[in-house]
Amino acid sequence: MAEPMRARPKPTPETQHFWDGTKAGELRLQRCDSCAHVYFPPRPFCPSCASRKVSIFKASGKGTLYSYVINHRPAAPGFTPPYAIAVVALEEGPRMMSNITGCPQTPVALELDMPLEVTFEPLDAQITLPLFRPAKG
Amino acid sequence: MRRNQVAVVGAAETTELGVIPTMSQIQLHADAALNAIADAGLKLSDIDGFATAVETPQQMCHYLGITPTWVDGTSVGGCSFMLHVRHAAAAIEAGLCKTVLITHAESGKSMIGKQPRSIPADSLQGQFEAPFGVYGPPSMFPIPVLRYMKTYGITHEQLAMVAVVQREWAARNPRAMMKDPITVDDVLNSRMIAYPFRLLQCCLVTDGGGALILTSADRAKDFPRKPVYILGTGESVETPMVSQMETFTSSRAFKVAGPLAFKEAGITHADVDHLMIYDAFAHLPLFGLGDLGFMPHEETGPFIAAGHTRPGGKLPLNTNGGGLSYMHSGMYGMYALQESVRQMRGIAPAQVPGAKISVCHGVGGMFAASGTIIFTNER
Ligand SMILES: [Zn+2]
Repeated sequence: MAEPMRARPKPTPETQHFWDGTKAGELRLQRCDSCAHVYFPPRPFCPSCASRKVSIFKASGKGTLYSYVINHRPAAPGFTPPYAIAVVALEEGPRMMSNITGCPQTPVALELDMPLEVTFEPLDAQITLPLFRPAKG
Repeated sequence: MRRNQVAVVGAAETTELGVIPTMSQIQLHADAALNAIADAGLKLSDIDGFATAVETPQQMCHYLGITPTWVDGTSVGGCSFMLHVRHAAAAIEAGLCKTVLITHAESGKSMIGKQPRSIPADSLQGQFEAPFGVYGPPSMFPIPVLRYMKTYGITHEQLAMVAVVQREWAARNPRAMMKDPITVDDVLNSRMIAYPFRLLQCCLVTDGGGALILTSADRAKDFPRKPVYILGTGESVETPMVSQMETFTSSRAFKVAGPLAFKEAGITHADVDHLMIYDAFAHLPLFGLGDLGFMPHEETGPFIAAGHTRPGGKLPLNTNGGGLSYMHSGMYGMYALQESVRQMRGIAPAQVPGAKISVCHGVGGMFAASGTIIFTNER
């Protein structure tokens, strides 16, 4: 799956914990200590109440399929079409873009609201991507 | 902003639309600007306010030989020009300038003198969207569609009808790129681009441009063309990341900009004679009809499928053929504004008889931004 040509994320000081997490096999989100809002993408303050008191925690890695396209053309470098570009609704509330592995990339196999679980795909020695697969059981 | 205090007194597109391999992007801007200046009966030296997007105001003012006292480089995607109109109207009312030129042009097809769009690897999009295979608008803009369809019971056939109806409008427009009639089957059998969308549900890729000239309504009566007044305006932004929209069943930016414009204009939906909703992809007119409050989202697909937006229908929509059939250089908002102005002047190729109020709604990025302008030809 992970091919060398795939666009490679470059972490910033505010997002480093997320990418350290995926490398360690954890999906890390942030929660506001003041208002309990859980949010993504990462930033060192709460976008709901502006508090700087926020904590990083390990998310369950469970979610559901919110929406997707199956991209045919043009295909991004490192991808073989057709491939699904999905948005996953995480159990904790935030949504994130990802790919769905371990299942055909077809409208029949990709049912909205199907349960998903995170899986980690190393891109290179530094970066591991969070992908999702149909949840077992 | 007060109603009808500012008017469009000049409006023009580039001399040609489509494939223009003889002009760079800044020359396309100039071609549109010179046409608009001529339309208004002005000289470039009369312009004291300038706005543009993607290209910078300094680039274009230098190229055109303009020394402005007010500039706006708001660049939020294809609806930037709706925001320019709103900002220019406020600036004219505030006395910051008297005569504003707004230009757009894009060498979207020929790519001459055009910077390629790129996503930095350390941006949030570069980290949290690009690694998952998004590659250009067709892979991103339709991502909400399946959720929208499931939530509101919208069908593939209804989304195909958007393209069919707009082609009917384009057939009446000599300058439209695509004029041959199409059917729902044609749409649903066209090449798959990004499921659920096929080729005929995605916008064209062309070269072209357009320009507008605005001044105070009091001065507007001395110009050669019938003034088109700014009745109401609205704008907003949401997120550059389609994955991070508040919901996929509505656009927050639409829901802010649209109702603001209606409130400012002091009109109801029944007052609208003519409607433009930026259609980079076939779902946008549905989002627009719902979020601007014309009807519940559930009714948008059936409304279009029933023919209410086609020629002769009760709500003429995207009467130039839209981004799907007229032209789409990359930032289509300017062409939607041009069509609204033509309709208000009474000179559109597919003129809506007696139209007095036109609503022109734009999107920028992938639901990232929005601007709404309501025009009228009566003061
Ligand atoms: Zn908070």
